[in-house]
Amino acid sequence: MSNNSDSAVGHAHHFTDMDQQREASTLGMWTFLVTEIMFFGGLFVAYALYRSMYPEAFAEASLRLNLLLGAINTGVLICSSLTMVLAVRDAQSGKVKGLVRYLIATIVLGSAFLVIKAFEYSHKIHEHLIPGSSFQFAGPFGQQAEMFFSLYFMMTGLHAIHMIIGIGVLSVLLYQAKRGRFTAEYYSPIDVAGLYWHFVDVVWIYLFPLLYLVSRH
Amino acid sequence: MSQHVIPQKVYYLVFVTLILLTLVTVDVAFYNFGFLNIYIAMGIATVKATIVALYFMHLRYNPRLTWLFAGAGILWLFIMFVLTIADYITR
Repeated sequence: MSNNSDSAVGHAHHFTDMDQQREASTLGMWTFLVTEIMFFGGLFVAYALYRSMYPEAFAEASLRLNLLLGAINTGVLICSSLTMVLAVRDAQSGKVKGLVRYLIATIVLGSAFLVIKAFEYSHKIHEHLIPGSSFQFAGPFGQQAEMFFSLYFMMTGLHAIHMIIGIGVLSVLLYQAKRGRFTAEYYSPIDVAGLYWHFVDVVWIYLFPLLYLVSRH
Repeated sequence: MSQHVIPQKVYYLVFVTLILLTLVTVDVAFYNFGFLNIYIAMGIATVKATIVALYFMHLRYNPRLTWLFAGAGILWLFIMFVLTIADYITR
């Protein structure tokens, strides 16, 4: 521990000052997000290849997705990004009450996204669109459509897992914020969780047109 | 630098832009531009992703080192796309 009498709460002794500590944690999170880009990137490459191989099947299969629910979910996620960034802003200004309120709002909106997603998934189960032995798709593109739905479930599933982890992280931060862990000087966990949350939003920004808007014209 | 508190107005403006671009991308998908549809959709998505990164993720107010890291992510993603697809289309 630092013996400096003026060292701020949350200041780790191996950093010169709080600014340097904040920069280090931000950069660390961006490094993690770069690995996340590559993690999701593999699925996006697979999507690009299979879509170029089976354009008609992807067009037909995509029409089976619920555009309204997908669009609503995009809106819900953008709202949650707004509340998240306002949570970070209140943390920067040391407004604990606002921070707590915006964290709750973000958790609620994130959960709403997952509930809507669950409705979509259950619909797909009823329509026998889960890839596997029970998969049914009328028309000449059955097997190729199955590939679309494999990618749909892997991409949205991986995204949903990230949402669940994000909600878990925010819940812990909410508990800590209520107990007064964060100040205007020390709020890096909120900042870094915000970066993660916005990244997951960005992934959805690409998933939505790729999966739901293939061939609406 | 990271203590920089950005006016709320900026965040609301970004939010409204993101919602509007979502509506535009849905609307534009109903018109047939042939092979251009996918490029329009990806273009709008990239504009949205960029303003999320610049304002919500504070990239604009971050040191250039953070820019370098974010850029490295995009560069490596680009390499993965180009090499994989180049392999497939030349088989």
